[in-house]
Amino acid sequence: MQGSTIDPSKTVVNYHHAAAATDSHHEEHHDFRILGLIVFLIAEGMIFMGLFIAYLTFRAVTPNWPPEGTPRLELLLPGINTTILIASSFVIHKADAAVKQNNISGLRTWFIATALMGAVFLGGQLYEYWHLEFGLKTNIFASTFYVLTGFHGLHVTFGLLLILAVLWRSLKPNHYNSEKHFGVEAAEIYWHFVDVVWIILFFLLYIL
Amino acid sequence: MTQAELQATANTPTHSPEPGQRKWWEYFTFNTDHKVIGIQYLVTGFFFYLIGGVLASAMRTELATPAPDFVTPELYNGIMTLHGTIMIFMWIIPAGAGFANFLIPLMIGARDMAFPRLNAVAFWIVPPAGILLLTSFFVKPPEAGWTSYPPLSETASKAGEFIWILSVLLFGTASILGAINFLITILKMRIPSMGFNQMPLFCWAMLATSGLILIGTPVLAGALILLAFDIVAGTAFFNPTGGGDPIVYQHMFWFYSHPAVYIMVLPFFGVASEVIPVHSRKPIFGYRAIAYSSLAISFLGLIVWAHHMFTSGTPAWLRMFFMIATMVIAVPTGIKVFSWLATMWGGKIRLNSTMLFAMGFISTFVVGGLTGVMVASVPFDLHVHDTYFVVAHLHYVLFGGSVFGIYAAIYHWFPKMTGRMLNEPWGIVHFVLTYVGFNLTFLPMHELGLLGMPRRVAMYDPQFAHINLICTIGSYLLAVSTIPFLVNAIWSWVAGPKAGDNPWQALTLEWMTTSPPAIENFEILPVLDIGPYDYGMGDRSTEVDVPFSEAKEPVLSAGPSSVLRADPDPSVAVNPSDRQPEE
Repeated sequence: MQGSTIDPSKTVVNYHHAAAATDSHHEEHHDFRILGLIVFLIAEGMIFMGLFIAYLTFRAVTPNWPPEGTPRLELLLPGINTTILIASSFVIHKADAAVKQNNISGLRTWFIATALMGAVFLGGQLYEYWHLEFGLKTNIFASTFYVLTGFHGLHVTFGLLLILAVLWRSLKPNHYNSEKHFGVEAAEIYWHFVDVVWIILFFLLYIL
Repeated sequence: MTQAELQATANTPTHSPEPGQRKWWEYFTFNTDHKVIGIQYLVTGFFFYLIGGVLASAMRTELATPAPDFVTPELYNGIMTLHGTIMIFMWIIPAGAGFANFLIPLMIGARDMAFPRLNAVAFWIVPPAGILLLTSFFVKPPEAGWTSYPPLSETASKAGEFIWILSVLLFGTASILGAINFLITILKMRIPSMGFNQMPLFCWAMLATSGLILIGTPVLAGALILLAFDIVAGTAFFNPTGGGDPIVYQHMFWFYSHPAVYIMVLPFFGVASEVIPVHSRKPIFGYRAIAYSSLAISFLGLIVWAHHMFTSGTPAWLRMFFMIATMVIAVPTGIKVFSWLATMWGGKIRLNSTMLFAMGFISTFVVGGLTGVMVASVPFDLHVHDTYFVVAHLHYVLFGGSVFGIYAAIYHWFPKMTGRMLNEPWGIVHFVLTYVGFNLTFLPMHELGLLGMPRRVAMYDPQFAHINLICTIGSYLLAVSTIPFLVNAIWSWVAGPKAGDNPWQALTLEWMTTSPPAIENFEILPVLDIGPYDYGMGDRSTEVDVPFSEAKEPVLSAGPSSVLRADPDPSVAVNPSDRQPEE
């Protein structure tokens, strides 16, 4: 710590290390970007956490939950939707495995599959909105339902755009390879995040 | 390599012969240099501070007399809301981010932040957010205070309220993006020889602050999204007539906004920990205690939010928990205060404007901290809730704490940022006016609060008229105190005496490069071989005992307080005793 005597051997080593670092300070900080994304997702997770806890509080302080006159939620379609979304997390992981083996066509196949599954999920979500018998302003349950699922849907849409952007970039030769695939990993991590949020959301809104 | 050779290399200031410098217009562009961004934050923040100050003066003018004769009560509410919002979101937090941007990479020996472009994006969100907020004056400014409690925020001036929400959401995004950068820069970009416990304490403070921003701000965003739905789409999340609950908003709001107090003051705890050892010429007392107490404050800060809601129907057992948890925060805060005092104790204190502001910071912050413990106690809080006692308390923390800290930091790092010294006598005038004006404005408010004067109202009972007049006079003094600073800063920036690399003979790494630092900070990465606060640890003084001719030679017996590390440039040093010609 401070005030300690100088350790010459250690300092010299550090000095050389530092000099070496000078030449390469323009390197890409691959690991930092992933770390940055994870920290960002912690912040994102806190928004959802806030909204979930708000939902649970509304639920706790309202005498009858859901408030009277709320129709039962249909479980079949959202159940299928959930299965598709969870499955897509495994599919996108295949893409990551493919790019790590320099298999770009495999990356594209699995990313297209994930994108399709994401799109089916979003379509199913819209279909459910269309057929629900309550609107945004019906009651406090309906409002939280739409805001939570809508906010999550927004994230799915953004994840989908990320996947499409990675697909677009993978068309350039050697844009991604086994060494350099930040975009692929970022899209994958984001997709897993969206997936995990949905599992909690599904449990809170449909099951609980 | 002998000890002598080692010191000669390690202590050589690491700047290039021809440092690349920024042109003035680059400060108005989308620039990814952390130093440019830091100064952009500070100048933008100060601009909004002036606007917020004008609003504050308008409020005090209104409150000079009991009747609402200067502005209408509705406009008063708008001015009050925008004053609070601007000071918090557009001045104090950006100022903290500004110093963090400028200082963190320099202090840890990095060439820039981890994500320079993200950093620039984060800054460029702030000015539009601020301008957006000000445009609410054209519709009808939000009237619900910076807390925007429903139901008032959902019924009065909805358009202004919606603009307020958008602006705060934008600002929160900028804040989160900045925090990601600070966190990863501090964790990952330190020079190899710097472990966590060799980090300057400002970096520790920013580590704690960034954690709070990342955990707290998103929850505020959640609350504001729901509030926006209530206002725009007609939902009833916070409206009891539609089955909602306004208390939920209060919980979500304070989950961010109590930590926000620490987001606003922790960086300046860090500043005090930097400034006080340098200007007391003594090692910091209790490095680890100060470092870890920052983390303790941030953790405790996250679990005390409901002490703002003692009168909101919070159940008694819950109030008990929050009361005790809140009072516990006084412990890590007290550790810091006593450590600073012990650092000064017996030091060779230089009573320059930096040190005066740092000491002013401690003295006023302690008052704010003590009233904080008072209002944490439930029975006392029930009595003074929503009175001027709270106004006095929060200004002692946010002005007496944060703004005094900001000024101490400006006086301390201005030479590094601009390469020029601020004028010392005018700095002292600025301090005296600020200190007197501040206490004249806010000290009487304690009395007003205890007498029961409610806050956030444009008119009041005539029995409070005399004390309010004192507050108003004090606030004018406070407003005037900004003028010597502004003139001093602008004049010195253009034509002040050159500062040299290390005018304060400080040991942290930012002083080991040129002033202002070259574009990539360090020619070769610096090597740490003594701690950041090892002032006067040998048996020699850095200022008087060693003549410069000798100091240039690496001396075997120089020890950890080697004068080479703190090498004043004899031609321009501020201290007259250092200003001897080199032979």
